[in-house]
Amino acid sequence: MEPIAVISIFVLAVFVGFEVVSKVSSTLHTPLMSGANAIHGVILVGAIIVADHSSTNLELGLAVAAIILATINMVGGFVVTDRMLEMFKGNKK
Amino acid sequence: MSRTLYDLIGLAAGVAFILALKGLSHPKTARRGNLIGAFGATLATLVVFFYTNPGSSLPLNNIGWILGAMLIGLAVGVPAARKVEMTQMPQLVALFNGVGGGAAALVAIVEYLHLGNDATTAEVIFTVFTVIVGCVSFSGSVITFMKLQELMTTRPVIFPAGRFIIAATLASVIGVGGWVVAALGTTPLLILAGLSLLFGVLFVLPVGGADVPIVISLLNAFTGLTVAASGYVLDSVLLIIAGTLVGASGTILTRLMAEAMGRSLFGTLFGAFTAKPQDASGAAEERPVRSGSPDDVAILLNYARRVVIVPGFGLAVAQAQHTVRELADLMISKGIDVAYGIHPVAGRMPGHMNVLLAEANVPYDQLEEMDEINPTFSQTDVAIVIGANDVVNPAAENTPGCPIYGMPILKVSNAANVIFLKRSMRPGFAGIENELLYDPKTMLLFGDAKASLTKVVSALKAL
Repeated sequence: MEPIAVISIFVLAVFVGFEVVSKVSSTLHTPLMSGANAIHGVILVGAIIVADHSSTNLELGLAVAAIILATINMVGGFVVTDRMLEMFKGNKK
Repeated sequence: MSRTLYDLIGLAAGVAFILALKGLSHPKTARRGNLIGAFGATLATLVVFFYTNPGSSLPLNNIGWILGAMLIGLAVGVPAARKVEMTQMPQLVALFNGVGGGAAALVAIVEYLHLGNDATTAEVIFTVFTVIVGCVSFSGSVITFMKLQELMTTRPVIFPAGRFIIAATLASVIGVGGWVVAALGTTPLLILAGLSLLFGVLFVLPVGGADVPIVISLLNAFTGLTVAASGYVLDSVLLIIAGTLVGASGTILTRLMAEAMGRSLFGTLFGAFTAKPQDASGAAEERPVRSGSPDDVAILLNYARRVVIVPGFGLAVAQAQHTVRELADLMISKGIDVAYGIHPVAGRMPGHMNVLLAEANVPYDQLEEMDEINPTFSQTDVAIVIGANDVVNPAAENTPGCPIYGMPILKVSNAANVIFLKRSMRPGFAGIENELLYDPKTMLLFGDAKASLTKVVSALKAL
């Protein structure tokens, strides 16, 4: 990828990231942290890519460990966030 | 699948993550936001299985290993997320964050081994960054987990010359990082990983218990940045977008939390390095306190016009959320004005108490935030503090130099009467003595919060 494209994506994403959470109430800090946490579990995609082109046992072993950890991060993160938010919803009335 | 289609789907997943964070910022849209995020992540994961990397073919190599590892991850992650007690939420978030950081570091190491001498300098620099920050996030999160789970002391761990050891470790991390960039090689990279893990431990050890949530949030942002760096090395737009989003929003969230706690971020992270070890015992243990019976409490409540309940982590530990709601309902039926005063960091994490009370179906409109409730304490007859301590401790206002000095507190001392439900005279999570306990208008009711509340409820019913 062109370095300038990478830098552009990075800078724009920084501003979007700042903007979307700038006015969140403290009530939602815990679920928001947990939700953001789940999003970086998408490193699973990277783990699968490196597992695909692993050529030695060492590489494959490390890649498999990365897939396990990333799956826990991603799936566990979304499930636990949903559990928290489900309770908030029951309260709205 | 063509590269263009693959990248477009990745972009769609990135947009889903933006919508997820946006949704999570408002109570009404939060759950939908999270589901959009989960959808984006699922889409991104599925599509990898259908894209052929140059020089590769479908199905993916090692597909059995890949699917097997994912199944193990599911088998560990889903039950952990389903079964965790709401009181243990901060630990779980810390742990999930740590494994994410660990995964990013491992991905970077594998890619480095794979590229060997073909790696460009830029790729090596990003790899070094990912390994350092991913390892720090992993080992730091494990230490925060142990602190929150109380597997180790929650007080700041300060050792002689700690500052110099930490500085020296950081310097060697940077030095070895430079060595990897200059010389390439597997051994220096593994040394770098080891030193970074050590630095993560040293970095979190001096942080006091009450500040741990801020550190979790910061490490969360760190992990996001490692994912973005991996995105550059692996040529994935999606990882760059997702990682940067989490890095940026995590940084803002960390700052917001620090503000809610009245802490400067810098002070939280580096304050403990310069602080002297706290005198843990204090001279206060022998002083008299006024303790009462459940009947005394019931009588006091019966003649009150306005009561404010201040719940703390002890309430949740005793699983007394339902009993406290029963007490509140009973008081309301007697015509008493009842509100809950919620400190932003009540519990172990900002917003944690709202989650815990929501679990017990406490109506939203009875929960008042600190800024709303504080001016009303002077018109309040009774403030009941249940299992909370640090968030009502006047030391935060009048004792410069104490670890919580500067944290905004709930000013329960302005109420006509204060009742503390406590298990013992043990100080709170931050480990600081509370002067309010010795105030003449304070009454203490010792015992398990749930048992005490049940007795108060039946005593109040009998009146």
